Amino acid sequence: MLTLPIYLDNNATTPLDPRVLEAMIPYFTQKFGNAASRNHPFGWHAEEAVDYAREQIAALINCSPKEIIFTSGATESDNLAIKGVFEMYASKGNHIITATTEHKAVLDTCKHIEKLGGKVTYLPVNAEGLIDLEQLENAITDKTILISIMYANNEVGVIQPIREISRIAKKHGVLFFTDATQAVGKIPVDVEADGIDLMAFSAHKMYGPKGVGALYVRRKNPRVKVTAQMDGGGHERGMRSGTLNVPGIVGLGKAAELAKQDMEKDTARISAMRDRLERELLTLEESYVNGSVEHRLPHVSNISFKYVEGEGLMMGVKDLAVSSGSACTSASLEPSYVLKALGLSDDLAHSSLRFGLSRFTTDEEIDFAIGHVKEAVTKLREMSPLWEMFKEGIDLNSIEWAEH
Amino acid sequence: MAYSDKVIDHYSNPRNVGTLDKAKSNVGTGLVGAPECGDVMRLQIEVDENQIITDAKFKTFGCGSAIASSSLATEWLKGKSVDEALAIDNMDIVEELALPPVKIHCSVLAEDAIKSAINDYRVKNGLPALELPKSHH
Repeated sequence: MLTLPIYLDNNATTPLDPRVLEAMIPYFTQKFGNAASRNHPFGWHAEEAVDYAREQIAALINCSPKEIIFTSGATESDNLAIKGVFEMYASKGNHIITATTEHKAVLDTCKHIEKLGGKVTYLPVNAEGLIDLEQLENAITDKTILISIMYANNEVGVIQPIREISRIAKKHGVLFFTDATQAVGKIPVDVEADGIDLMAFSAHKMYGPKGVGALYVRRKNPRVKVTAQMDGGGHERGMRSGTLNVPGIVGLGKAAELAKQDMEKDTARISAMRDRLERELLTLEESYVNGSVEHRLPHVSNISFKYVEGEGLMMGVKDLAVSSGSACTSASLEPSYVLKALGLSDDLAHSSLRFGLSRFTTDEEIDFAIGHVKEAVTKLREMSPLWEMFKEGIDLNSIEWAEH
Repeated sequence: MAYSDKVIDHYSNPRNVGTLDKAKSNVGTGLVGAPECGDVMRLQIEVDENQIITDAKFKTFGCGSAIASSSLATEWLKGKSVDEALAIDNMDIVEELALPPVKIHCSVLAEDAIKSAINDYRVKNGLPALELPKSHH
């Protein structure tokens, strides 16, 4: 039995895995202690739970449990990494290198750094969504303190060449931070093999709860430090004060354990469904996959359906929860900056849908989604003046559009 | 964003989708908007010898509110005289469809499409084009 609408927006957030919920529940009412309380068993139990979660997470990303700093989520981790490095390494330099397709949590933090007098280089990406390594290396100056490049993109799922980036960073003695929110728990991420110095990630993108995330901060080769962005009780080795969100952390730990345990099995199933969805939707004329197909997360597909508009399409696929590259849904009328950075024209960016599958997605749901999208695209094209012109062989670029 | 029932109705059952023969002298065609802005409307009217709009068709590339605005416009146009059609104001559409502020531009586009179709008809029939207020945006 299908329950509508079908959730295919797992890059925005994932449902909590019931196994994660089960692990969390005791920490709300019974084991509610403050992990910083040293004088009684309530505190000890909470601390034990937090330490266990650190181990579960460390096992997933191959680091030491001591290198995990718990935060409220990836946005906070991004802020802490970038602002924290900028402050801590101020005597070394003030230049940061990032890319135009980063998440707003990184881009807006970098804008803030610029206001503080820092210098930021925003690397472009190619049509596949990948940065150019030569351009990256050429951007490094003697003032560069940090390279901040995301592991995998939230809109198109493109995976950056992380190991090559870290090699360049190491060669020049620059720290490498990666926002791995979309990657951790979905694909193998190994901070040692990948050469990552700092890494942000979040529980709710990997079947954990909202409101909790972590920043990995390397402790040796090199020993990295960040200046705390919140003052207080000196929790998390002084880098992030604030009473620990014990149930959330337990959830993140459990989610990490399940990700490690189920990744291979989940990925095989999810990518097969994603590929089928994509193959079927590409049988529609004038539909295109956005971003690299080769270097991509297994559960994401971003497709533009030319000559239909994204928001209209979203309304047509009302039984699917997906997101669109068209920003008509927000107050601004600008389409996705990520798709534009890939070189898509505004009209193609407006015509895109992002499908994000999860370990809970079923074959029946994908069957339904295929039929539903095909029907909506066909109906909207019959209604689209642009489709009619295209079918008549009129070059849309030859028309002088009344910009409004 | 929550759409009004009327927007959903026009989107799901659009009235008067189609194409009139733009080569005919009594057919006026208005094509407004731009693909990169995310909405393009083509609105056509067919006018009889008494200056009455006997038929209206549209095709729209755009969001649900844009589709509904143009669908509603064609409904209103049929049976009106050209002069009456000129009096249709975008705020009438906003009111009828209960468009939220962020979607007012859809109604503006529909009004522009009506006026542009009328002008096309006028020019084809040797009448001077009407001075249209420049883009509302």
